[in-house]
Amino acid sequence: MITTQSFPIEKEIKNRSITVSQHVVEIVSDSGEGAQKAGQSFGSISAKMGNGVWTVEIIPAEIQPPARSRAGASGIRIRIGSEKVTNMGDHANLVVALNEQVLYGRIAQDAYTKDTVILLENKWALKNKEEYTTALADFNAKGFKVIEIPMEAECMKYVSDAKKGKNMWVLGMLCEIYNRDITKAEDQIREVFKKKSEKVFEDNVNLLHGGYNWAKENLDLNFEIPPPENAGDQIVMNGNEAMAMGVMAAGIEVCAMYPITPATSISHKLAECFENAGGIVHQAEDEIAAIGFAIGSSYAGKTALTVTSGPGLALKTEFIGLAVMAEVPLVIIDVQRGGPSTGLPTKVEQGDLLAALYGEAGDAPKIIIAPSTIEECFHFVIKARKLAEQFRSPVFILSDTNLATGVSPFPRPKINVESFASPIDQSTWDKNVSPFDWDPKTGISKRPIPGQKDGMYTLTGLAHDEDSKVAYEPEINQKSSEARSRKIAAVLQTLKPPVVNGDESGDLLLVGWGSTKGAIEEAVATARKSGVKVSSLHLHFLSPMEPGLEDIFKKFKKVKTVELNYSDTIGDPLITKKSRRYAQLAWLLRAHTLVDVDCYSNVFGQPINPSKVLDMIKEKLK
Amino acid sequence: MLELTHDDLCNMSHGETAFSIDDYKKGVPRWCPGCGDNSVLNSVQKLCKDKQLVPEKTVFVSGIGCSSRFPHYMNTYGFHGLHGRAFPVAEGVKFRRPDLNVFVITGDGDCCSIGTAHWIHAIRYNMNMTVLLLDNSIYGLTKKQTSPTSATGTKSNTHPKGSVLPPINPIQTTLSVSNASFVAQTVDWKPAHVFETIKAAYEHPGFSFVRVIQRCPKFMGDLYETTIADQSALTLLTHENGIKLDEKAEKSFKNIIQHNPSDINKGREYAEMKDSIPIGLFYQNKNAPRYDEYGAHNIGMPVTERITAINKELDKYAV
Repeated sequence: MITTQSFPIEKEIKNRSITVSQHVVEIVSDSGEGAQKAGQSFGSISAKMGNGVWTVEIIPAEIQPPARSRAGASGIRIRIGSEKVTNMGDHANLVVALNEQVLYGRIAQDAYTKDTVILLENKWALKNKEEYTTALADFNAKGFKVIEIPMEAECMKYVSDAKKGKNMWVLGMLCEIYNRDITKAEDQIREVFKKKSEKVFEDNVNLLHGGYNWAKENLDLNFEIPPPENAGDQIVMNGNEAMAMGVMAAGIEVCAMYPITPATSISHKLAECFENAGGIVHQAEDEIAAIGFAIGSSYAGKTALTVTSGPGLALKTEFIGLAVMAEVPLVIIDVQRGGPSTGLPTKVEQGDLLAALYGEAGDAPKIIIAPSTIEECFHFVIKARKLAEQFRSPVFILSDTNLATGVSPFPRPKINVESFASPIDQSTWDKNVSPFDWDPKTGISKRPIPGQKDGMYTLTGLAHDEDSKVAYEPEINQKSSEARSRKIAAVLQTLKPPVVNGDESGDLLLVGWGSTKGAIEEAVATARKSGVKVSSLHLHFLSPMEPGLEDIFKKFKKVKTVELNYSDTIGDPLITKKSRRYAQLAWLLRAHTLVDVDCYSNVFGQPINPSKVLDMIKEKLK
Repeated sequence: MLELTHDDLCNMSHGETAFSIDDYKKGVPRWCPGCGDNSVLNSVQKLCKDKQLVPEKTVFVSGIGCSSRFPHYMNTYGFHGLHGRAFPVAEGVKFRRPDLNVFVITGDGDCCSIGTAHWIHAIRYNMNMTVLLLDNSIYGLTKKQTSPTSATGTKSNTHPKGSVLPPINPIQTTLSVSNASFVAQTVDWKPAHVFETIKAAYEHPGFSFVRVIQRCPKFMGDLYETTIADQSALTLLTHENGIKLDEKAEKSFKNIIQHNPSDINKGREYAEMKDSIPIGLFYQNKNAPRYDEYGAHNIGMPVTERITAINKELDKYAV
């Protein structure tokens, strides 16, 4: 066991320290240099010190792009604040770059601005002199404040191969710059390297302190981001981890999946601990089998879910139709990525809304909800499980890459028995009740579970009557379709109209769904401070659509959705108001309310940031 | 809150009722007269009675096709799902319900064409279920298209001049998948053999695969006419560890081979027999690893224990 006595763990705030309310930090590197691990640790340490945090991973599409390539920028953005942080923010304040080339990739994405501080690995000054010198000139011309740092040389004082461990040296440096508690950092490193040897842990702690001490002695750079007074009992994790915890807290027993980015890490988390919590992960032979397996489990009375992303959703469509038709409760988590087809596997998009709603042949009504925060990723799984059982229906949870990989603290949920699925019912079934005894008003019926005496029936995807008998009469198909549709109307009865963020009337209402909430609300708050009459509305239920929207919309001069999916821009070749294809929520809202809802959307594959929304607000109200 | 454990589910009392064959019958089958599906249905209902399977503890899962209507004619629980997808559903049913008797009814198009990936992996999972491939070598429900098991030259609506490719051999394919544990073949016109084969399959602890070679009187009326007339057109594989027929039934076979079902290589050899149809048990391994045992290992965990585990996990993320 090593001791930390040889290192200064107490540190006075330097005179040079500047207090800021929030900072955006990035670590960018080639793929495989551990930037994400360091950044996630930095985010966790900050959250554990009580700060608001939001992280976004910077991921190239390839697993191992060529070293020092501009498109290969890999890394992480960590936004830390004195208050709750809900989005990735605008331009970075401070960037640690392990080579100069990857910075070009981020510059192209408008991630930096004049005065952004760049801490740059200087070993390339010798190895790739020409490129390095050119880059420095470019960066200076853009007004970035570049500080060259001998990262590799410093790391070599502690390890023989700097490739392993430079990220921890960087973490130490950042801890010093932002006055992070170094003992919390050590705890974090122990968690990260818990499966490795004591020697590995020791090396990494030495690197951490090395970076910390080097920064203290050599950098005239120090920021204080005071945490809020009392944040309460909090936990910090990413959206996929929150989903996995939600699965367990919902008392779900079976997660049937097939590997697909960016949904898979939900099942990784579950594979780690689900079996201790009464559940199990099944890795199926393909996406179709995964959902079929979950449907089989659910039919047999065991609560089940499947997790997927766009291409997997496409494959699961036939089974989703069956679950609707045969009224099998099922939770489907779709962590959306860029589409169509293989699309942008590692990037964010909200492009599956219409596919989720209308993907199946025929009329296949179902429930669709979308969390807008990492905290909601946890709670919405429990909500979905309850809805699925109560309304005997598949329930979609539409998440996205931004929520999946973003890390943020939230109040620790209380785990209680009420959130668990009921134990399997094996009592004798009332012979007089049909397996599809549709309530004439709500369409809801109770289902028999195998093992229940006198409840025997054959589930079928064919049109069927109340007794699950194959229907040959046209009236039966009409009647059963009405029953399934009415369930959605019954869900609507349980919902209240959404609350408008800002005034209930004004010049412009922005409407969003999913992970864009934080960015939209931050932009609206900024605009309102300067007197702009803008409000926003964030939808969590997308099927059924939340009630009262038409009345809310009519109090605004203009209504516009903000979405991360494709829409045409009026004025582009051939695009007029008549030919325009709208963003997905906008299509639905236009049909639903008959209000002339406009949309602002793009498919750059990046999370939306507040300044872009703010620019749009100003443009719209010109 | 009461959680039903593995033992609770498996030992649940269902009274002293003795079930008669009529207790397993439901509706009037809509299969053509002379269709092999009818004789398989009779054998399965007899098996249920002989084994006194509790109807509500028995689930028939099928895909789509003529034979996949089967669950509708059983007074048990049933799942008539999607074309080719019976296996994943049946696996999901069995995974956390070891107390349920699971049967899969599939056809040659369902199993050997649209559902092939699931078939291969179902063999490998080796979950305890009885699988009946009702193989009539033609698509019947959609009216006479070439099936993956149609012999080369079969004239159909998709190949009016005769099919061009050699058929899949479902027995050989199943034998080739790692972890195969029970592989048998029978023919619909030997009802005693059909019954004994299905019985042996049901008794096997694992994934028991039975291919029933069937006639389709509607579209393939003459396919097995000469086979049925010629006693030497069948070869009976028999063994003390294989499928047993009584003496009288065995006498109706001219060609009889002693085959030890633990010998997979011999089984593979017999599966390739060209001049005669081999029926019987090709291979059995009662000790192959079973995925349903893995799936059931932690069912019925008390809620308090589950909550403790979740809280322990949340502690790791505590701020």
